[in-house]
Amino acid sequence: MSGESERTMPLRDAMEILREHRAAGDVMITSMGSAREWIAMSGGAMDPLDFVFVPSSMGQAPSLALGVALAQPGRRVFACNGDGSTLMNLGALVTISAECPPNLVLIILDNGVYEVTGAQPTPGSASGRPDQRGVDFAEIARACGWLSVYRFNELDDWRECAAEAISSAGPVLIVLEVAPIPGAVGPKSPGPTIGRAQSFREALSSPK
Amino acid sequence: MFTGEQVAALFAELGVTHVVTVPDSTIGKWGDAIERTEGLRLVRVCREGEAWAVAAGLYFGGARPIVLIQCTGLFESGDSLRNVIHDWKLPIFSVIGYRSFLNQDTLPGDTCLVFTEPLLDAWKIEYKLITTEAQAGEIRDHYRACNAGGRAGAALIAEGKA
Repeated sequence: MSGESERTMPLRDAMEILREHRAAGDVMITSMGSAREWIAMSGGAMDPLDFVFVPSSMGQAPSLALGVALAQPGRRVFACNGDGSTLMNLGALVTISAECPPNLVLIILDNGVYEVTGAQPTPGSASGRPDQRGVDFAEIARACGWLSVYRFNELDDWRECAAEAISSAGPVLIVLEVAPIPGAVGPKSPGPTIGRAQSFREALSSPK
Repeated sequence: MFTGEQVAALFAELGVTHVVTVPDSTIGKWGDAIERTEGLRLVRVCREGEAWAVAAGLYFGGARPIVLIQCTGLFESGDSLRNVIHDWKLPIFSVIGYRSFLNQDTLPGDTCLVFTEPLLDAWKIEYKLITTEAQAGEIRDHYRACNAGGRAGAALIAEGKA
């Protein structure tokens, strides 16, 4: 369990650091709030290897990323997932550790709430639990056997350690405790799914 | 009905690369043969909803996955299946064990018999019901037809006792 410190890391800033460390040829899968931010950060010029998983089945982004990572072992695959989404498919942490893809980096953006539905607390957040101690995804991942696990709650720490964390032995799980954004809405699909699915598959078929 | 060797050989013949699965007492017996078959990789997931998303990622990455689950797992799969097959229109083929179809000794009145086929219809999954070993060719033909048409499909494999 995790003692609940106040979350102050701005989501956008945290993701900007991630973007700075994303190399050419890396896959970036985003969902829910991370998709909203990634779209905004990209300013309409997304990389062909960006996959905005909208619409999604909530919680399935890590599983989708696992499939890509297994099919494309020569590429690094990032997946961004919220804490509520992670809770919805917690077994994926076990599945991924069983497959142990060295090229997968899962970022859990833990804001403690279901942000896009009005910031209700998740069952894993401190405020949603009688003992006021939040579920610690990093400890869960360690118990599942992930090879490299990190947890950051300060932007400067994340900035300083991002390169090392991302390049650690995979699969890598990084928990970023980010501040919820009051009034934030869900992401809008950036375009028709059929075209985006085809484009993403084509981009993955090109040599890295 | 089928041995693991028969199923693994069929999957290999069809060019399948990954079998994403949660076992039951029938299809689970196929796992060892699948794992022994060159070119096939068994991916074990914790719940069936995961299987569709993993298969989707594999498909995006250029692999040719198949989802292998029991009909109860089909029931569990709902939203993930909807997203992969209908939102994203990915042609993911599945092989689904049809619990109690051949024998209800263990679970008399098994409601799997009530809901499986209507649910496949509701999810708009074109399926072939396979009740005898002699129908193996129908699985092959259905897979190829779905693959050529770029659409999802399923083979519904009748099972005996749960």
